[in-house]
Amino acid sequence: MSIGSTPLKFRVTIDPDRCMNCGRCIENCSYGVYRREADSIRINSRSCVACHRCLAFCPRDAIEIEEKPGDYRSHPVWTREIREAVFNQAKTGKIISGGMGNALPYPIIFDRLVLDACQVTNPSIDPLREPMELRTYIGKKPSSLSIRERPGMDTELLTKLSSNLQIETPIMIGHMSYGAISLPAQQAMARAVHRIGTFMGTGEGGLHQSLYPYQKNMIVQVASGRFGVDIDYLERGAAIEIKIGQGAKPGIGGHLPGEKVCADVACTRMIPEGSDAISPAPHHDIYSIEDLKQLVHGLKEATEWKKPVFVKIAAVHNSAAIAAGIARSGADAVVIDGFRGGTGSAPVVFRDHVGIPIEAAIASVDAKLRQQGIRHKVSIIASGGIRQSADVAKIICLGADAVYIGTSALVAMGCRVCGTCNRGVCAWGIATQKPELTKRLDPEANAVQVENLIHGWTLELAELMGAAGINSIESLRGNRDRLRGYMLDEGLLNVLDVKTVGA
Amino acid sequence: MCGIIGVIDRNRQLMDGGKIRDSLAMMDERGSGEGAGYVAYGIYPDYKDYYALHVFFDNIRENKAPLDNLLEKWGTIVHDEQIKTYEQPNIRKVHTPWRYFFRPDRSLMPKSTTPDEDIVTHLVMKVNAEKNGALIFSSGKNLGVFKAAGWPEDVANFYRIEDYKGYLWLAHNRYPTNTSGWWGGAHPFNLLNWSVVHNGEITSYGTNRKYIESYGYKCTMYTDTEVVAYLVDLLVRKHGLSEEMAVRALAPPFWAEIDRMPPKKQELNRAIRLTYGPALMNGPFAICVANENSLVGFTDRIKLRPLVSGESGDRLFISSEESAIRRIDPDVENITMPKAGEPVIGRLYS
Repeated sequence: MSIGSTPLKFRVTIDPDRCMNCGRCIENCSYGVYRREADSIRINSRSCVACHRCLAFCPRDAIEIEEKPGDYRSHPVWTREIREAVFNQAKTGKIISGGMGNALPYPIIFDRLVLDACQVTNPSIDPLREPMELRTYIGKKPSSLSIRERPGMDTELLTKLSSNLQIETPIMIGHMSYGAISLPAQQAMARAVHRIGTFMGTGEGGLHQSLYPYQKNMIVQVASGRFGVDIDYLERGAAIEIKIGQGAKPGIGGHLPGEKVCADVACTRMIPEGSDAISPAPHHDIYSIEDLKQLVHGLKEATEWKKPVFVKIAAVHNSAAIAAGIARSGADAVVIDGFRGGTGSAPVVFRDHVGIPIEAAIASVDAKLRQQGIRHKVSIIASGGIRQSADVAKIICLGADAVYIGTSALVAMGCRVCGTCNRGVCAWGIATQKPELTKRLDPEANAVQVENLIHGWTLELAELMGAAGINSIESLRGNRDRLRGYMLDEGLLNVLDVKTVGA
Repeated sequence: MCGIIGVIDRNRQLMDGGKIRDSLAMMDERGSGEGAGYVAYGIYPDYKDYYALHVFFDNIRENKAPLDNLLEKWGTIVHDEQIKTYEQPNIRKVHTPWRYFFRPDRSLMPKSTTPDEDIVTHLVMKVNAEKNGALIFSSGKNLGVFKAAGWPEDVANFYRIEDYKGYLWLAHNRYPTNTSGWWGGAHPFNLLNWSVVHNGEITSYGTNRKYIESYGYKCTMYTDTEVVAYLVDLLVRKHGLSEEMAVRALAPPFWAEIDRMPPKKQELNRAIRLTYGPALMNGPFAICVANENSLVGFTDRIKLRPLVSGESGDRLFISSEESAIRRIDPDVENITMPKAGEPVIGRLYS
């Protein structure tokens, strides 16, 4: 007996009174929802993913998309998603994959943390009138300085500092490879970070030639597939990141299907055109922490100890101890990627069930490094689930030096978080390599949007700091006194080392 | 609010506490009568080689013996006695102040380069964290803190502060917000030879505390000021920075200013900010810090609390109010208002 049709996920309707029959919906939909039959536009709602491309381009607001127009008998255990996963696997016998980040309704810790502000006993600072410093340095710091002062002579600094990345706002863009996203999407973000004075990651996809003008703002990535890595690539980047894991799929590797490996992607990744690009789960030269140390040193040696080396791991139960190991490996920064981090494609079982939230991971990593007296040896970069400036402020209070954003940068370019990146036909031209779709992006216009977003967050961050009576970001970092937990349980309050509201 | 005053005689001439009391009382407008305190350097010449531990006991019978035992375990009590106090109508004597002169047994801290200081610091942190009815609120050599809950003049008279003669004084008139009426919460705060008085609120306290605690200090006083004493101890005693460099780390110039400096200076200032970012103190404050050789006053980076300095002969004064300085010496000269983050430093001539 066949399983048959399941209820529609979305129902698309066109208001005939409003529709002018222009056909823009047909042109724009890359999922095949619309087709023209004779003089009318026909709709196949079953193909709709709610990416809203049609909605955005309908000149008459004639289109309506209704979510879950029909549903199963409600059941608290056997939810719609569970039932459909069973149907799916009963039909295919395969691992189910999905895009974007974790789609289960876990409580969001950020939304249960509130920030502080000054009243009377200390004045809040107005960022419009007083200096407000968000400049951040990413990299190793000495534990103390040796300074020689002699009367009549210039004061001399005897300690030699490691190279640090200087950023004017603690917001960077994380690693999304050419392959996972389109070239114009990368170009737009590269222009944005270049103008703002911050950085973005290349992902494990190499560095396309058209991005060379922005290379001083690019962090190049060395991941388990080593795609696109050669000495030229390493030397172009401002920093090098070793990717061990990703928040959306901790413990597993990556897979870029052959159909996304067009000639240009193939060249940039240095692999044959049309071949699957498979990044193994572990690095096959890293089977222990001391192997990681060798790779860190190898990369530093290759680039003459001029570039900071980051190590990125997924936020997992033991992140704190792992980060302590990384801090001793010679790495300059550790990136912790929380379980809400996005992905072009991941097995849903990993995306939704493996890893821990970034808030708890950062709190425990920062605490562990302090406990061991090695916090200065690495900067902490938080990524995975940073949605707004308040999240940035809160995660810095919990101990992060800076953040990587991913999904929010894509949303700034039009992404509607439909979660269908894995299909490779992104109607917004972001998560696709199809030329007819990628040309929908205008690198310049989108660069302005990404720039605006980061600028807006930076302004809000400055206001939040000013309200808290803080004029320098280093006084916010790890300042958990300025956070309170609202309806968080005692165990979590202890992990976050934050008091409850009212206390 | 809060009012502070510091004075150093750079030629080591002694001043009795009477005028300091009168000066502090000039600033009663800045306090609330719930806490005041004094520290004087040079008051115990007969015991100058020993650590003078001032302790508040909740109950002598119950709390003193355990402390005696602990001290005897770590060294020798050369002499100990009750600190003389004189009943005041406005002060309720909730603690018994006691002083010990203590010599640590440095063989117990074999790996340390500063064994005496490390033993005393350890004892102060341990006793104060345990909260067993004893609080060590002063632990330097040839100096002592005198404080209580009350108006400056009452606290001074309670201890008869005019009977003490020192070459360096700090005093503080408190308007409490964090902990009211707690004797331990009154200023000055002291650790070893470092003493601090502070007007303001440190908005970076959480960051500073985490930083200092990773070096083994314990914040036990429920107030942000003690962190200043520990930070200065760390930066100057343990890291070997000069007072100027320490102040530069605690209240550094803005990046915009650093970016305009000549290359060498820029490199130095950038290194200080990178290294000591977690020690940077934010929020409104005016602070006087002293040790046996010097007095340093400084404010936050945008000077949200007042600080003036003045000189007369060998004496350097630093205070919240000019009037408080003039109360000690009406002919004071060189009244200046230091810029934000810029330290005023007075050192002994020899």
